Amino acid sequence: MALHSITAHGMPELQGHHDVHHEEHWFLKYCWSTDHKMIAKQYLVTGLLMALIGGFFAYVFRWQLAFPNQPVPFFGVVTPASYNMMITQHGTIMIFYVAMPVLLAAFGNYLIPLMVGADDMVFPRLNRASYQVFLISSVILIWSFFVPGGGFGGAWTAYPPLSAGSQYNLTPSGSTLWVVAVAVEFVAFLMGGINFIVTAMNARAPGMKFVDVPLAVWMIVIASVMFMMSVGPLIAGSVMLVMDQNFGTHFFDPRTGGDPVLWQHLFWFFGHPEVYVVLLPALGFLAEILPVFSRKKLFGYRTLLYSSIGTACLSFFVWAHHQFISGIDPRMANVFAATTVLISIPIAEIMFVFIATLYRSSIQFTVPMLWALSFVAEFLVGGVTGIFLGASGADIHFHDTYFVLAHFHYTFFPIAIIGSFAGLTYWFPKMFGRHLNEGLGRVHFWITIISFNFIWMPLFFTGIMGDHRRIYSFANFPDLMTPDRILLREISSVATAVMGIAQVLFFANFFWSMYKGRKAEDNPYNANTLEWRCPSPPPHGNFAVMPTVYRSPYEYNHPDREVDFWPQDEPPAGQGELRPEGAH
Amino acid sequence: MSGQIIATGRSAAGMPTGKLAVWMVIASEIPIFGGILAPYLMHRIGHPDWGQMAASLNVWIGTFNTGLLVTSSLFAMLAHAAAERGDGPLAAARLRLAAYGGLVFLCIKAYEWYAKISHDHVPQTGTFYGYYFSATGLHGIHILAGVAILLAIAAQAEKGKNLQRVELIGIYWHFVDVVWFFLFHIFYIIR
Amino acid sequence: MAEQHPSHESGGIGWQPLARSVFLTTFLGAVIVVGTVLFYIFAGGEDLIARLIPANSSFAGDIDFVILVIAGIVGFWFFASLFAFFVLLYQSRRRPGHKPEYLAKHDHQLHTWVSWPHWLVIACDLIIIIVAVKVWHQVKQVAPPADTVIRVVAQQWGWTFRHPGTDNKLDTVDDIVTIDRLHVPLDQVVHFELQSKDVMHDFSVPVFRLKQDAVPGRTIKGWFKPVKAGAFDIQCAEMCGIGHGLMPARIFVETPEQHAAFLEDSARNASVPGGQSIY
Ligand code: HEA
Ligand code: HEA
Ligand code: CUA
Ligand SMILES: [Cu+2]
Repeated sequence: MALHSITAHGMPELQGHHDVHHEEHWFLKYCWSTDHKMIAKQYLVTGLLMALIGGFFAYVFRWQLAFPNQPVPFFGVVTPASYNMMITQHGTIMIFYVAMPVLLAAFGNYLIPLMVGADDMVFPRLNRASYQVFLISSVILIWSFFVPGGGFGGAWTAYPPLSAGSQYNLTPSGSTLWVVAVAVEFVAFLMGGINFIVTAMNARAPGMKFVDVPLAVWMIVIASVMFMMSVGPLIAGSVMLVMDQNFGTHFFDPRTGGDPVLWQHLFWFFGHPEVYVVLLPALGFLAEILPVFSRKKLFGYRTLLYSSIGTACLSFFVWAHHQFISGIDPRMANVFAATTVLISIPIAEIMFVFIATLYRSSIQFTVPMLWALSFVAEFLVGGVTGIFLGASGADIHFHDTYFVLAHFHYTFFPIAIIGSFAGLTYWFPKMFGRHLNEGLGRVHFWITIISFNFIWMPLFFTGIMGDHRRIYSFANFPDLMTPDRILLREISSVATAVMGIAQVLFFANFFWSMYKGRKAEDNPYNANTLEWRCPSPPPHGNFAVMPTVYRSPYEYNHPDREVDFWPQDEPPAGQGELRPEGAH
Repeated sequence: MSGQIIATGRSAAGMPTGKLAVWMVIASEIPIFGGILAPYLMHRIGHPDWGQMAASLNVWIGTFNTGLLVTSSLFAMLAHAAAERGDGPLAAARLRLAAYGGLVFLCIKAYEWYAKISHDHVPQTGTFYGYYFSATGLHGIHILAGVAILLAIAAQAEKGKNLQRVELIGIYWHFVDVVWFFLFHIFYIIR
Repeated sequence: MAEQHPSHESGGIGWQPLARSVFLTTFLGAVIVVGTVLFYIFAGGEDLIARLIPANSSFAGDIDFVILVIAGIVGFWFFASLFAFFVLLYQSRRRPGHKPEYLAKHDHQLHTWVSWPHWLVIACDLIIIIVAVKVWHQVKQVAPPADTVIRVVAQQWGWTFRHPGTDNKLDTVDDIVTIDRLHVPLDQVVHFELQSKDVMHDFSVPVFRLKQDAVPGRTIKGWFKPVKAGAFDIQCAEMCGIGHGLMPARIFVETPEQHAAFLEDSARNASVPGGQSIY
């Protein structure tokens, strides 16, 4: 099959730099590459390292909460200042430096060109720049922990005036560096997002209609669009916050006509869509994994697609549910309570689609499938508890208690950790050309899932019982020091330590398999999507022969077929040339 | 494995890749400016006293600057027309004129800022000035970036290379112009 | 991969029986939901939450009621979904002789599977919204007439409470100002004016189900009516800097005699001169 014409439409932006790379210096290969797969791995590794930092912080302050004011093993005594700094940076890191770079940037980079059948992103150098800007932002964030006064400790939501005045937060440089780091990161993801969207729109393989695009790609693209439409106000807000911090303006200072609640609107106008920005890619992974390991067509491609778009649109109208009791006009709360609760409709449909896919299927409980299935079960807990918070009347009690924390850890953990593990274990053979160890993967899965529920289930109850967030020690509150509450906190903290230790299994498996694992076939799962139609790992340029697409990605067990899968690029019988042997 | 770029040249959505990207850039910039202008407008309504501070802005300078940007945009359009005909050098010349318009705009803006600051109309003295300086500053950065890109593309167009980019920078330049239109109205005109 | 043996019941099992069974389950579910709600109402189910944390204000029970209604509704969906999920996991496990089915009906027919639950979810949402908004309205939008008015001022990192004194009027000479200790009379409607001197704080009394942010530059009004005497925690529930965890206070709900004694006591040996503004 001939190469598809490069100059079919429009004017191509051909640049000379993109020659076939011969023996390169390692620096050029690993740090200066424009190959989307290398950039994806860079994002992945950075995200993993940041997850270690964020996870370590979680362990430290969890331990402090269960055993107040005793030295934490491997850390020392936690002061109120260091406690605040650690929870703030834990939240920031987990969302902006783990969930976003891994789910969106790493998998977006890795999957989009492969799944739409292109050789690379449409703007490879912009892509590289995006990672470099992101790296700079990570360095700024970590640097901010060590400046005089310490890292910022005003919570990841950074409400002014606390975040705006160093006389209030006592971290003069830490708070500025925090805002700058986050704003710089947004720029990096804007660059990446534009690349994702344009690649998926324009660089699709011939024949790939909108309904032939694998849902993982769709979800990442929808997430990128949401990010693009929601982050602008927060970028503007960050500029204003930095000015307030350093140049004496008073945007958020009530004494001179500013408004502290304005920041909350800017933050949550972004902050709420943001949670779906990370949710959608994880749902996309599920949409790939569930059909493959249940050997069944996805139940309702369009339902899933439209529900996701519906969720995305609705998510722009719910932000003030974080502000019910923050002094906004109480009448406004009624509107936002209604929109918030209504978001259960599209998300319920998504969940039902996943569950319905299992109907009369043939499920293989592989490690990626275990992760994907556990996502459904765990996310349901997080989702339905969101309804308690969206109901304005109930949120009066729940706001800023551990119930909120348990709610969003039951959403974020499935998304950022379970979703990442699902994606990573599923695409590992493609990424590194070798298989992960199944046995080790299973052990790691079960320990992680069980300890996760032991961490967060008890905290729903301490939340109802009045434990508030961001309190470094409950010892100052007589009502909160009853034995049952203390026991619940201790269970949670010990489970955190167990989970932390269990991750050793994952890292051992990851690095051992990368070099020593069983060699992976090109299409080990007999999957349909295009990334499985090129070698494992794919070379620079991805496909030996650029694919043409003939059908939707989820045709498993089609009655007309001998084999139970039907690759997207396999020409229909009696049409097109046979593909050359060995290029499968 | 192929050594050629396939992705960049494809156009499954029926629009050249570069153009699509420019529209995406604009789509992501609108919320940024919106994020600063919407709060400004809301507070402006709540603070009639800001009118006095707004009165201290020089409408004539603003009007002149508006005219400057419109003219500059016009040259960008003419450059596009020249590029369509394949006339690289003419396109380059017109792009440069557009860029000079942007530069003069910046100089005037700098003078205006200087005048404000020397009258002690600084961001610290009132939130109105805070918004004024941030919004015009953010816009100024866009002008500066636009000028740099205009000149870079002019250099390429001169040699007849990448003529399609003339249109792309034109789109962006119009956008920056439109943003200024908004700024001009809500800061200078509304009293 | 999957076994190629013919299915034991090939064909015939399309979306229709499926939709019917889903409809049945959801219908049963609706019955359960209504039943649960009625149960809560008539069996004094508010106790379920009150067993975890006392309900010591007049509206605490109403808020607990919202929580329980939601618990009943989403609890049903949650368990029904998980039930379906695990049943399907078991039924569809990979085994010899079991062939997955290719559902090739048109999309909108398949949609029946989700469209019935979908309508029921909308109905449930409406119930939740109505219940929630009603209680919200009652707690945050309107207030019964005040028996007494207090002022609560938050700052880094402590609370100043201004009580109206014996004349029951704020900002008069006999005002009683205390730090970190709030005294309120039992069974009286207390209105509060909430202020902050520096950053955001939050006046929260979990046993009252009461929570309100204090925003610098504003005075936010609210109310509560304590229905049980005793001393309870006040927490600051908004991150306010290093001392956020060190901002505890106590609220003392006093019987008329106790409260009279408190007023008298404070009038006699006022540590902070009454009436003099301390902020
Ligand atoms: C990715 C993460 C994620 C996701 C997906 C969600 C999903 C939802 N969240 Fe959550 N949320 C957070 C992350 C997330 N949230 C975070 C981080 C915070 C705290 C931020 C901070 O303050 O630090 C937060 C806080 C938060 C609040 C503010 C609480 C407070 O501070 O007082 C509220 C209030 O409305 C809320 C609501 C919801 C709702 C209604 C959903 C819905 O999308 C859930 C919808 C899903 C379902 C409902 C389940 C599936 C449906 C069914 C099984 C059908 C049956 C259901 C019904 C009939 C209702 N969330
Ligand atoms: C993605 C988001 C995410 C994730 C995964 C987590 C995970 C965890 N979080 Fe946290 N958390 C937040 C986001 C997240 N958190 C946010 C936003 C806040 C609010 C901050 C604020 O108030 O400002 C918060 C706050 C918060 C608090 C409240 C502090 C307070 O208010 O006083 C607590 C307390 O228990 C806590 C605990 C934990 C624990 C025990 C885990 C454990 O579940 C995690 C244990 C993790 C590990 C052991 C590492 C895991 C994995 C790897 C190392 C491998 C990574 C692999 C891949 C990515 C493929 N978190
Ligand atoms: Cu005051 Cu937190
Ligand atoms: Cu939200």
